[in-house]
Amino acid sequence: MMTNIEKYKNIFIRVFDVREDSLNESFTFADTEKWDSLGHITLISELENEFDVMFDTEDILSFGSFENGMKILKKYRVSFDN
Amino acid sequence: MADLLKGKVCLVTGAGRGIGRAIAQQFAKEGAIVYANEVRQGAVDEWLTDDLFSNSIIPLYFNISDESEAKGAFKQIKDKRGRLDVLVNNAGIEYNELIGMISPKHMTKMFEVNVYGTIEMLQLASRVMARQPEGGSIINISSMVGVKGNKGQLVYSATKGAVIAITKSAAKELGSKNIRVNSIAPGLTKTEMMDAADQEKLKDRINNISMGRIAQPLDIANACVFLASDLSSYVSGQVIGVEGCTIM
Repeated sequence: MMTNIEKYKNIFIRVFDVREDSLNESFTFADTEKWDSLGHITLISELENEFDVMFDTEDILSFGSFENGMKILKKYRVSFDN
Repeated sequence: MADLLKGKVCLVTGAGRGIGRAIAQQFAKEGAIVYANEVRQGAVDEWLTDDLFSNSIIPLYFNISDESEAKGAFKQIKDKRGRLDVLVNNAGIEYNELIGMISPKHMTKMFEVNVYGTIEMLQLASRVMARQPEGGSIINISSMVGVKGNKGQLVYSATKGAVIAITKSAAKELGSKNIRVNSIAPGLTKTEMMDAADQEKLKDRINNISMGRIAQPLDIANACVFLASDLSSYVSGQVIGVEGCTIM
């Protein structure tokens, strides 16, 4: 069974077609070619489905990086501890 | 029943009466599972007495302009059905005021519901539809006055013009996700509100309709069935006038 961090990473890999080793604190909206409007909708949609949450608009707007996304998901009681 | 919408999960806003009610009923007749939204508690239950619809139409009361309520409604549909195939943005409000007499309060309210509410619903629906390989269909109910304008309807026509612009832009942005976005622009339509209108003035307006009658809610609903169904699978970004060839 996959951990939450594995699930989280897999969504980024699938949506943005990137390698796992690129997913770090410097993986941001501004530096990712496929992270456009449609990529963002797809990312949010996939995360909402995987973690069974519905994000608030302000969280969607501030979801601009791999790191920040985890902080936001923690607000929705998604744990990345294991 | 032709089953044009068999098994499709649909959400129709403003389904308490008039056009929204007809859309919800027509979708159910075509085999859809319909979530019928209305802001006023009990408004859908008041007409939902027919056995024909009792299993296929589910009342869903929330304010489309309230982000938290709207989000909760989508979560409810997603949790129960796992998908959303069709959204009909029908909820809207109308105040008719002449230039110089436009109430800022009414203007704000109309933009809140007709424009911001439509955008909010469209965004929420696109998040659910984006991960469905078959995408979905979003139908925005605008109005012919949004295309042509009308005396005494400056603000209302502005909101409906905005709905048309929203439709065209959203269709471009969501096309690659197989999400189709179209608009139905009704002309003069027989609703409960129409019964209270000045009948002499109404006659004059009917004289401008080439087909010689005003639209029935069913006329609008049937056009929505087409856009919701797979018959329109290659139709997006369009505004379809359902107005009996009205000369405005």
